[in-house]
Formats: sequence, structure tokens, C-alpha cells
Amino acid sequence: MEPLSWGQIMIALLGRFLPVWIALGITFALSITYKRRLGLYGKLFDNWIGMVGFGLVMFWVYTALFAGIFDMIITHDPLSTAIGMKNKPPGTPLRGAEDGDYPHYILGGDTLARDVFSRMVAGSWVVIRIAPLATLFAFMVGITIGLPAGYIGGKLDTVLSFLANLILAFPVILLFYLLVTPEMVQTGIPSYMAMVLFIFPLIFLTILINARYYTQPARRNVILTGLIVVLGWSYLSLISDPETRVAFLPDALDLFNIPGGILVVFVSVVFVNAPTVFRIVRGLTLDIKTRDYVAAAQTRGEGPWYIMLWEILPNTRGPLIVDFCLRIGYTTILLGTLGFFGLGLPPESPDWGSTINQGRKLLSIYPHPAIVPAVALLSLVLGLNLLADGLREESLKD
Amino acid sequence: MLLFLLKRTGTMILTTLCLSFIVFFLTNLPPNLEKVAKFAGNSRMSDEEVDRWLENNGFEQPMIVRYGEWLGVVPGWTHETADGKVSGRCIESGMVAQEAPDFCGILQGEWGESRVFREDVSTIVAIRLAQTGKLMFWVMVLMIPTALVIGVLAGMKDGSFTDRTLSTFSIATTATPEYVSGVILIAVFASSAVGLKWFKGTATSAMDGATFENFFLPVLTIALFGMGYVARMTRASMAEVMTTQYIRTARLKGVAFHNIVLKHALRNALIAPFTVIMLQFPWLLNGVVVVETLFNYKGLGWALVQAAGNNDIDLLLGISVVSVIVVLVTQLISDVGYVYLNPRIRIS
Repeated sequence: MEPLSWGQIMIALLGRFLPVWIALGITFALSITYKRRLGLYGKLFDNWIGMVGFGLVMFWVYTALFAGIFDMIITHDPLSTAIGMKNKPPGTPLRGAEDGDYPHYILGGDTLARDVFSRMVAGSWVVIRIAPLATLFAFMVGITIGLPAGYIGGKLDTVLSFLANLILAFPVILLFYLLVTPEMVQTGIPSYMAMVLFIFPLIFLTILINARYYTQPARRNVILTGLIVVLGWSYLSLISDPETRVAFLPDALDLFNIPGGILVVFVSVVFVNAPTVFRIVRGLTLDIKTRDYVAAAQTRGEGPWYIMLWEILPNTRGPLIVDFCLRIGYTTILLGTLGFFGLGLPPESPDWGSTINQGRKLLSIYPHPAIVPAVALLSLVLGLNLLADGLREESLKD
Repeated sequence: MLLFLLKRTGTMILTTLCLSFIVFFLTNLPPNLEKVAKFAGNSRMSDEEVDRWLENNGFEQPMIVRYGEWLGVVPGWTHETADGKVSGRCIESGMVAQEAPDFCGILQGEWGESRVFREDVSTIVAIRLAQTGKLMFWVMVLMIPTALVIGVLAGMKDGSFTDRTLSTFSIATTATPEYVSGVILIAVFASSAVGLKWFKGTATSAMDGATFENFFLPVLTIALFGMGYVARMTRASMAEVMTTQYIRTARLKGVAFHNIVLKHALRNALIAPFTVIMLQFPWLLNGVVVVETLFNYKGLGWALVQAAGNNDIDLLLGISVVSVIVVLVTQLISDVGYVYLNPRIRIS
């Protein structure tokens, strides 16, 4: 069989992403039709930069979902190797292809003769699963300690700010090298850190609900009991893992286990991001607590947590949403950095950082195994940045 | 002002102490010490041999005591073997035990010895820091003027075509981490596959004699990532200054547009970017580690990766103390400089 020309490669690529194009088309058509009823999200579609950014982000989200859940798009198994496909340029036909195999390596083969295209697509699933969730956890931690630091101030603020600055003064890569090693997993420190960091969402939601329904004890008790049972159970099964030091739940009660490598990556990314979120929330709180509606709530006799969570927090949402988008991008970059230094994730993992790291050794002779994931990462982060920029512009308009 | 400086210096010392203790703690956890012992002896040591090695080399004391030794506030350990040979932290080879000083920590200027490079940490850090300093200097030379020009041009006329184009460019550079831009730049400008062999893909030769050919790509890679952020800050501050009353007055009395920008707006617009440039240092340090690994340039970042990969305790501590001090000093300079440049702000 003939190798594909560049034009045919483009057509093959467009064809493989067909489900993504359809999903994107539906999303855009629906959103643009109903944009007047969708609030800030709808306003995004008045803004070209925001639309491009949203498109790029959703492209990768849909790619990850279709590839990860429905096993579409991917042409070959991202981990298996094929004879004679080592370092082959894009468009090389698969040697000895059987019926039902995809006949080409669309974007070539890497140094271990694996399909570059499939690895790139599978890598998006790794990123989309970790980055937004890790950012969300970092926000929960940052908000839960940032609000009291800004609102109460005094000694509490001094201590918390000192701790945040302490972590921020650390070179991130040194921290990763210290935390994300097999020896460190053996000592159990990441598991203990996970215990501390993962309890914050639980605390946050409990205080949130408690502050809201404090005056209706009957209703509050029902909601809180449900919340604590569900979240507490998932928290316990999240941190309890038979392979680490923290293993206390019997198997029957343990809902799910996260592989040690992923957990430590997750924990260190949350740990690095949380202080920055803390600083932003604290700054916003310091600004907003001087407003009249806060004074009014204080005069009404509302408790401090009600004021923080139901008066101040909703009014910080604009800057926080924008920062959330930017921070997912930054988390993606951090995940790539971890992969680039070969930390945390297993070496055969298809995530973009690890793939770039493997591809860079033969970069000057065979650039395609490194370029493909590099461009993928670039486009996702660029999309998130453009989306944040569009959101900022639109939220400033009113 | 003096009080402010004293307070800040106090916080800085406390921060450095805390951070060095964290690094010390993490590198001295039992599994890491086992790795150190096996590196010094051989990889097939039994558990008893590891324990004996650790005891002979002063690792069996409590963590806090050993941290004190490293700092130089607790006397260094000594150990006497059965045949009367005395070894100790402060007793170097060829030195009689009685002549050795009691204290030998960083307060006495003893940074310890690297187990991987078999050299004094102070020597390694000095050499590597000079290499990284060279890299950073050229990054600054390239980054600051370019970023300021982009920012000022974009902020001059808010919403114009130039503004849109340059702002998009700035966003694109902030979205490109060093390991992505480095890979793309090498593939385009240094690989035989594309054919534009304008630059070299490694910077190892730049350590002795930096030329444009072997040094431009690493410098550009770091500069690009920081450039976009500084440019966006400059743009925001420039756009804000251009809407102020005194600029309008200047326009109404008929000053030429380039004079308004250069003589009236620029001075006030450059205050905010100054702070941002200084606060970029911690980020640039990250970039330095990635780029030095990618281009095989043996500076501080490269040494950090080597030390961390082999759990070289003393070297790792030395490098982290140096980098933390660099970060904190630049933060201090940024604060002081901000006050100095902007007479409206008064501290204390």
C-alpha cells in the first residue's frame, strides 16, 4: 500500500474526529440559538475569542469522552507495538494489517513502534480526567481557608498567609521531585496529605449547608446527614487504599481505589495550586467585606460563616470563574511537567508530558512523536486561556 | 522603611529555615536514607548492613539534631569504631580528630559534599549558578524590551487591530510551556527533518563559549513563556494610563501622539510591569529547569534534576536554599522598587 500524502493525512484526521465534529456542531448550534437565555455562558457566544477558546476546549473534552468511554476515534491500541513501524513518518501503511485493522499509522510511529495518533488521543483522556478535578479540589481548599483569612484577619490571616507564601516560594519542580517518588509513596506521606486535602470539600459543603439552613434545624439535619454519609463514605474509600499505609476500610466497604501513582500526582498538583487560589480568595474577600451588604448582614445578626459563604462568595464568582479556566490550563501544564520529568505516571502512560519526554531524545531526526502531543497540549491550554479571556471581557461588560 | 526592611528580612530568614527543614525532612525519610546507603555501598546490601552504614555515618540521631548539625548550631557527630578509628561529620579525610572543629554547618560556610558529583556543594552551586545566571541574563535582555514594546504598542489604542493581534500573540505565548515551545523550536530550527538547520538543538557547548547559534534557542524558549504575561500586564497598565485626564489634556493642547506615548504615558505605565517582571523570577526558575534538561545545559536546574533523581541530600539542600533566597530577594526588590517608583504609596 502507498503511504498517505499530507492532504490524505488531513482528510483521514478529519474523518477520525467525525463524532467530535458532530458533537461540537450540536453544542454550538444549541448554544447560539438559546444564547439570550443562558446568562454568562450565553454571552460567551457574542465574543469571537471566547468562542474560539470554548471550541478548542470542547474539542478536547469531546475527544477525551469519545475515546475514553466509547472507545471511538482511536485507531490502534495506544500501548501495543507493531513490527516494522518504529519511527515511521506520518501516513505510513501498517505492515501486515489484517481485516478490521486501521490500515495506516496516521501520524506515524514512535520509538517503540506505537501509533502516535492513538497515544495523543488517549493522552487527552488522562488530562481531562485529572486536570479539572484537581483544580476543583484546589479551589475548595483555597476558598475554605481563604475566606476566613480575609474576613476574620488578624493572627489567623498572618499564619495562613505565611504558610501560603512558604509553599509559593518553593521551586515547583523540586517539590515534585521530593513528593512524587516511589520512596515517598512507600512512606505514606502522599496518603496523609490526601487525607488532609480531600477533607476540605467535605468541610466546605457541610459549612455551606449548615450556614444556609441553620434556622430550619429539621431540614438541615436531613440534608446534612445525607451529605455526610454519601461524601464521608466516598472520602473514606478514596483515601483508603490497600497498597498504601492508609488502609483501614475492609474491601467490602471500599468503593474504589485510585492507583498510587495517580493519587500522588493528584495530591501534589492540588497542593501546588491551592496557595495561589487562597491568595486570590483572600484578596477578593478583603475587598468585598467593606461593602454595605456585608455590613447589613452583620447588623441583621448573621453568623460569620453565613456572611462568608452566602454573601461574599457569590460576589467573587466573576474573577473566580475566570481564574478557574486559567488554572485548569496551568494544571495541564503542571501535569505535562511531571510527565516530562518522568515523575508519577507509569512510563508507558500515553499522557502528553510523558510522550513528549520520550519523543525528545530523537527530536532532531524524528520530530513527529514529540511534536504531536506538544501541539495537542498547546491547543488545549491556549483554548482555556482564550476562554478565560472571553469570559473576563464579557463579565466586565455589565 | 527601615522597620519594613527589618520585618521582611526576618520573614525571609524564617521562610528559608522552614523550607530547608521541609527539604531536609523529606530527603531524610527512612526509604530515602536506605537509597543513600545503597548508593554509597552497593545495591545488594542487607537490611543490617544498611543500618550499620547509617549508624557509622551519623544518620541514626533524631532528625532535628541532624538538621541542627547541617545548620551549624549543634556540634557535628563523631563515631568511634571498635578498632579506635574516629570518624565524624566535621572530620575530613587526612585530618586528626582532635583538630577538627566542633561545628560545621552552613553557618560556618560548610555546605557539605555532593555524593553524586563527589565535590563540595559550595563549589558546584557556585559554578552552576554562574551558568544559570548567564542564561537568565540573556533571557532578561531578550524578554523585557520585547515584552514592553509589545505591551505598549497594544495598549496605546485600546481595541485596535494591533491590540487584538498582539494580545492574541501574548495569550498564545503564556499558553505554551517551555517543554512544548522548546520541542517545537528544536524541530523547526534544528532538526534534519525540516531542514532549517539554523541553530543547534543542544546548548552544551554554550557553557564555555556562547554563540548566537548554540544559545539563542534556549534563551528564546524561556523568554517566550514569560514574555506574554509581562506584555499583558504592560498592556493593561498602558491602556489604563491612556484613559486618564492628563493624557486627554495633552492631546487637547495638540501634543503629537508619539510624544504623548513616549513622554507622558510611558513613565506611569511602566510601574506595574516592573513588579511583574520581578515576580516572574520563581516562574523563570521553573522554566530554567525544563530548558536546561531539554537542551542539556548544565546549570543549576540541571544540577537540581541530578541531585533530586539520586537523592543527593546536601546538594539538594544547597540548591533549594539558593533558589528560595533568589525568589525571596526578588520579591523584596519588587516591593521596595514599587514604593520607590510610585511616590503615592507609603509603607509604615
